[in-house]
Amino acid sequence: MPDTLTDSPSTTAANTAKPVLSVRNLSVSFPGRRGTLKALDDISFDLAPGEILGMVGESGAGKSMTGLAVQRLLEPPGQISGGEVHLLGQRIDQLPETQMERLRGKQIGAVFQDPLTSLNPLFTVGHQISETIRVHLGGSRRAAMDQARELLRRVGIPSPDERVDHYPHQFSGGMRQRVVIALALAAQPRLIIADEPTTALDVSIQAQIMSLLRRLCDETGVAMLLVTHDMGVIAQTADRIAVMYAGRLIELAPVHEVLRQPRHPYTRGLIGAIPALRKRVPRLTQIDGSMPRLDSIPQGCAFNPRCPEAGPRCRTHRPELSATPAGKVACWLNDGGVA
Amino acid sequence: MKPALVVRDLSRVFDVSAPLLNRLIERKPKTLLRAVDGISFEVPQGGCLSLVGESGCGKSTVARLVTGLYRPTDGKIEFSLGDSGDRIQAHMIFQDPYASLNPRWRVRDIIAEPIRELGLRDGESATRARVDELLGIVGLSPRDAEKFPHEFSGGQRQRISIARALAGEPKFLVCDEPTSALDVSVQAQILNLMRSLQDAFGLTYLFISHDLSVVRHMSDRIAVMYLGRIVEEADTEALFDNPLHPYTRLLLQTIPDIEAPRPDVAPATGEVPSPLKPPPGCTFHPRCPEADDRCKRQVPEVLDAGHGRRVACHRVAEMLERNGISALSA
Amino acid sequence: MTLRVDGEPVLTRPSRLARMRDSDLWYSFVTHRGAVVGACLLFALIAAAFAAPLIAPQNVYDSAQLQLMNARVPPIWLEGGRWPFILGTDIQGRDVLSGILYGSRTSILIAVSAVVLSLVIGVLVGLAAGFFGGIIDNLLMRFADVLLSIPTILLAILASAVAMDMLPSSWRALGAAGVIVFAITLSNWVQYARIVRAQTSVERRKEYVEAARLLRVSPRRIMLRHILPNTLTPVLVAATLSFGMAILAEATLSFLGVGMPASLPSLGTLIRIGNNYLFSGLWWIVLFPVLQLSLLVIAINLVGDWLRDALNPKLR
Repeated sequence: MPDTLTDSPSTTAANTAKPVLSVRNLSVSFPGRRGTLKALDDISFDLAPGEILGMVGESGAGKSMTGLAVQRLLEPPGQISGGEVHLLGQRIDQLPETQMERLRGKQIGAVFQDPLTSLNPLFTVGHQISETIRVHLGGSRRAAMDQARELLRRVGIPSPDERVDHYPHQFSGGMRQRVVIALALAAQPRLIIADEPTTALDVSIQAQIMSLLRRLCDETGVAMLLVTHDMGVIAQTADRIAVMYAGRLIELAPVHEVLRQPRHPYTRGLIGAIPALRKRVPRLTQIDGSMPRLDSIPQGCAFNPRCPEAGPRCRTHRPELSATPAGKVACWLNDGGVA
Repeated sequence: MKPALVVRDLSRVFDVSAPLLNRLIERKPKTLLRAVDGISFEVPQGGCLSLVGESGCGKSTVARLVTGLYRPTDGKIEFSLGDSGDRIQAHMIFQDPYASLNPRWRVRDIIAEPIRELGLRDGESATRARVDELLGIVGLSPRDAEKFPHEFSGGQRQRISIARALAGEPKFLVCDEPTSALDVSVQAQILNLMRSLQDAFGLTYLFISHDLSVVRHMSDRIAVMYLGRIVEEADTEALFDNPLHPYTRLLLQTIPDIEAPRPDVAPATGEVPSPLKPPPGCTFHPRCPEADDRCKRQVPEVLDAGHGRRVACHRVAEMLERNGISALSA
Repeated sequence: MTLRVDGEPVLTRPSRLARMRDSDLWYSFVTHRGAVVGACLLFALIAAAFAAPLIAPQNVYDSAQLQLMNARVPPIWLEGGRWPFILGTDIQGRDVLSGILYGSRTSILIAVSAVVLSLVIGVLVGLAAGFFGGIIDNLLMRFADVLLSIPTILLAILASAVAMDMLPSSWRALGAAGVIVFAITLSNWVQYARIVRAQTSVERRKEYVEAARLLRVSPRRIMLRHILPNTLTPVLVAATLSFGMAILAEATLSFLGVGMPASLPSLGTLIRIGNNYLFSGLWWIVLFPVLQLSLLVIAINLVGDWLRDALNPKLR
């Protein structure tokens, strides 16, 4: 099924440019004493320059795992057990670790949930940013420091000339996350992987950081894989949504399409479960049960035991991602199909 | 009918100073944190009042004051729930489904603890039967009683936590961010469960959350907190339709709205100041687009804005003086 | 009201043994070669020590069994060695193997007593310090620091001198054992107290403790029923590892002469006695007790190291 593998990017910019990141049939498995667990199962997607792809799903669905696998930061015994990852046309899933390490700072920037894990408490933020610039782009110490100031200004840190000389602990949570974003951008990467970048922050700060990320992607053309459990954050920021369930990609489409007309019953449930802001309903739509553990994923469609629309085919055969008018969905009901 | 809970001028100050010896050497004064600063509210029988605000606003401290886990520095907390006596008035559902259940106890013992401690059932077999019944009420099975907490998912653990709270046969439940650690689809299950329990047992809720969409779904009335004070309190619909306080407006603006995303709206700037060094005057003034000199100097009084609304803001007060209460409903 | 049960298959609960064999702990044990070797060795050594009256060729406490004609017999594989003195005899005709078996039993009993006593004291002090905090915490932990600054051996010599002076001669052996247990405990309990205190001050802030406090459960019950079970894992690991240290400490004290008397020898006593004849060519009197001591400590540490790794959540 070659046609299910080709992506249908949403923006016009994405149509013309080559993808920054291209993931093909990626699988990640964890060999263990009770057999091998498949944490990611046959994931394929593309990411165009300047595009934000929001990856949603419940905890354990594999959304963070996808980000880690792309960066090759899986914790052993986890390993990529199949598929390919291409960054700017170069295949990176088999690169030796030394080359991968260079790539990670230079081409791929990372923003994590807890800003403190990305910052060294012993150095000033200016030092950390300028060192990153010098390692990856070269240049003099002074020029790098000037660039660091410029970066801090761009991520919205007030009086950057003073702040470059401050240590991470002197920043508040929201400001710290801005510093991490500046650090991620320091080497002018082409791809940013942001894993729950706003989960630890207060709501009002969360909106600030998301709008900053959106603006940076638009201005610099950096592509972003935004991993989050918060549909609201994605609705606000992303161009396309990728919905994960039990290690599989089950729906991939432009944001407004998914929000207007979710195709997969799980996506419908996920959106219905969010309490509405405009009207009050006596009962929220709920998806009964919980996501299966990786060692007991049911046969057929992984969602079938919880799916209100499941039919006999869903229990025996696994649906592949197939094209919809705007995106792709892995459901037998797609396109007038019968479950 | 009398309100189920009346809170008057409640304050709680924490001493967060360095140890005595360090303080003497470094010649530093005591550091006091006013977590809750003279707040008043009422919760009607069978209703649900929500406290919302960002981290450090004191909402969790209020939850612990109401349940008696902390002693108030000042102010009054009065329950009137009919039959009282010495009984514990308010039970609690906690935020973290992992830390709120003792990992070394079986689920049966966790749920039975309130029954045993409060002597609500005579004998072991009656207690067992009650635990099985409670498990059924929260949507688990009696088989689960013999398991340990780590065998459950986050949502199931929160159900156990609810069963434990119900075991004390409370009329009043304090819910401290009960769904903030859960995934959305599980959150919906828990919120639905809590709503149906409220109807089934006539419970009164004090609901603590930072998530306005959850709060809107659960509560009849909302109190918005900022740095230890209530800045606005109103019925849910009124608050969402016509927020008066600039901070409430900011909060409402920042919730991502999945029905109508507004990526182009510039978000509010600034962050919550440290509660150790709150700004003078109205504590919100550094972030407030409408602040003037008076806001920097003078703490605004909480004033009645009609229709059961209360707001603490100089701007709103001035508007009231000029145009009367009718100006607010515009 | 429709309340649905989360979908979970009906499981019949397996037996306790089957569950243990299925557990991760058991799996990590059988795949850890050092742990298996250590555990088997430890079991064998302890079993042999406690079966001493049944398997030892000689009752070393019964001086009537000692005959000078049996003195200075070398181990059985050397010229002049003879049955039943497999590892030879000392200058009084005491069988070295029997001495080791009986001596190990004494050493193990003393070490176990010392560790258990330290555990009880350490856990209680740690719980109280961690739970109440503030002044109680400061007083208890500073007292512990002071104790740690006193050298154990000096203290034991002092205590032993006092005890020997006060006790009637028939009580001396027991008194000596008591002095050793006391001396080891005095320096040993502090580490447990520190571990438990740190763990307790983390646990007491958790929400399950708040849930109990909300019910007005007494502090004593919260400490013992709620917090204690959650602090025990690291303490038991530490106790296993320090069991080896306690055996060595006992040997050191007995070697220095403040420990067990020659009539009721421990491993340390045997080594002390044997040490006197090391240069008279009677090397077996000292070598075999030393070997036994090393084996015992190595076996304990193998098990302890595995336990520490297996129960450390960070390494899993």
